[in-house]
Amino acid sequence: MASASVLEVSRPTIGRRLRRRRGFRGGLGGSEYAWAIAFCIPYVGVFIAFVVFPVLYGLWLGHEPSLYLELFDDPIYQRTVVNTILYLAIGVNLKMFLALLLSGYFMRKGWWIKGLLMIFVLPWAIPALPAFISIHWMLNTQWGLINNLLWELFGIDGPGWLDNSRWLALGAVIVSYIWKNLPFWTVILLAGRMAIPQELYEAAEVDGATGLRRFLHISFPLLANLYLVCTLLSTIFTLGEFNAVNFVSGGGPALTTHVLATLGIRDAFELARPQLGVAAVLSALPLMIPLVITLMHKLRTSDVEL
Amino acid sequence: MSAATIETRRAPNYRLRRWWREIVALLLGLVIVVWTLAPIYNMVMVAFESHNDIFTSAIWPPDPSAYSFWVVLTGGYWYLEYFWHQYVNSLYIGFWTVFLTLTIGSMVSYSIGRMRIRYGWLLTNAALLTYLVPASFLAIPFYRMMQAYGLGNNVWSVIAVEVTFATPYAIFIFQQYGRSIPLELDEAARIDGASPIQVYFRIYLPLMAPALVAVGTYALLLAWNEYLYQFLLLSDKRSMTVPVALAQFLNSDESPWNYMMATAIVYAVPPVVIYYLFRGRMTAGLTMGGVKG
Repeated sequence: MASASVLEVSRPTIGRRLRRRRGFRGGLGGSEYAWAIAFCIPYVGVFIAFVVFPVLYGLWLGHEPSLYLELFDDPIYQRTVVNTILYLAIGVNLKMFLALLLSGYFMRKGWWIKGLLMIFVLPWAIPALPAFISIHWMLNTQWGLINNLLWELFGIDGPGWLDNSRWLALGAVIVSYIWKNLPFWTVILLAGRMAIPQELYEAAEVDGATGLRRFLHISFPLLANLYLVCTLLSTIFTLGEFNAVNFVSGGGPALTTHVLATLGIRDAFELARPQLGVAAVLSALPLMIPLVITLMHKLRTSDVEL
Repeated sequence: MSAATIETRRAPNYRLRRWWREIVALLLGLVIVVWTLAPIYNMVMVAFESHNDIFTSAIWPPDPSAYSFWVVLTGGYWYLEYFWHQYVNSLYIGFWTVFLTLTIGSMVSYSIGRMRIRYGWLLTNAALLTYLVPASFLAIPFYRMMQAYGLGNNVWSVIAVEVTFATPYAIFIFQQYGRSIPLELDEAARIDGASPIQVYFRIYLPLMAPALVAVGTYALLLAWNEYLYQFLLLSDKRSMTVPVALAQFLNSDESPWNYMMATAIVYAVPPVVIYYLFRGRMTAGLTMGGVKG
């Protein structure tokens, strides 16, 4: 059931349209119609109270153009935008590419691969906060595990991962983010690979295609759509990612590793300027709106049922 | 020429190559294990250290002891005074998030997917849109809204957020899974005189059980992973949850790392156990509906 619906590889849509059935035969009667509406009310209530209302309120809070002028003049904000773009460009793409490779690795047969997969998904099951706090301490310059290991094994003093350099700290954040999220996307792509009919590979093998060719001519074309949707989804989720930055680097050193999600919260609650915070977040809209529209379209109509 | 002859011609170096590949795969597996377990190892190591050992360059505690866990479980440190209170808060939020997500999600999915209410697609789109809005982007207006309603420091404001962001996923999964249940069952029950609410309880919910488990696990993990809203909305020591207390620890002047890591482990155990119990279902659910990472 699961593997069949992950990617319905270019199945003609006619079949699906034919299977579309009407609801209760003969339409809904009066009292049934009332029930149908009653069943929707809780969700409609939640949606209006906790989605529509905060969105409108947020737009209203951040509607003043002067806020944006102030933001764009702020060097911290400028750095934050660069960080956010790097975080998305490197973090998301590197993670998805690794997930693609690893999903192929986990297709291998053998008793230990299953066990390895069980270990590999652990970061996904562990709550974000304990994991990131642990990584934060691992990277401590004086007492952290990594620098201790560097000293014990090679006799070198490790760098101050989170203390001095913006790029080291940002790199550490991105690596932690990949650590936490890699298993999830690997499992998704693994399910996508499992849905590819084995006969295709057998046929290719008869024709002499192995290894890289097998991947380029069978796996990748069939996974491409799923891969694209996953990357876009992951980009949106990562845009809102707060925990990795907040707990690994805390935005430091000297406010150089903030991303938009964390800067907004800082402006709103540490500087007590909610309007500015909302403006920082809203300035991601030019990136978000095209992503949302593309994804709405893809998830509603495409063959990928993620 | 048959395939068998090709096999035999290739045989000699084929076997060697397979050995070599197996070794590379094993080495890669080793790298994956080290990469995955390093932060977890660090967590466990620090939790078993005594306060003085933390500030040494040891990579394994010189004399490991479970004392930190004892301190955490008995609340024997001033920062951990309300640990159980906070743990119960986390559980409370987790439970209600799961329950409400399943209830609201299954009701609306039943109405859209089974009764095929007119304009149901609008609701599906609304859910999809919610799914694509990063939760942290709504934090500021949400916080102010809850203050205005007088729900500051109330766990129900957090439950409301978690439910809001877990329901869209529930709606997807339920709709996708619901397609595998024949509508004829509903019709047969209706002809026998069952009301929609009876069909919902007697037919729809029991048949949806696997999807309910998958979504329930997802909602619990979501609530357990979430920090930002809990931090903003709960500031009183008695009403806050474990992650908020943990983060306060981190920002305090002296951070007793062994206690923090022990707290972190105690907090991480339930989701890990539940995750492994329902892993099969979770994965099946995921591949049907996608998840907010």
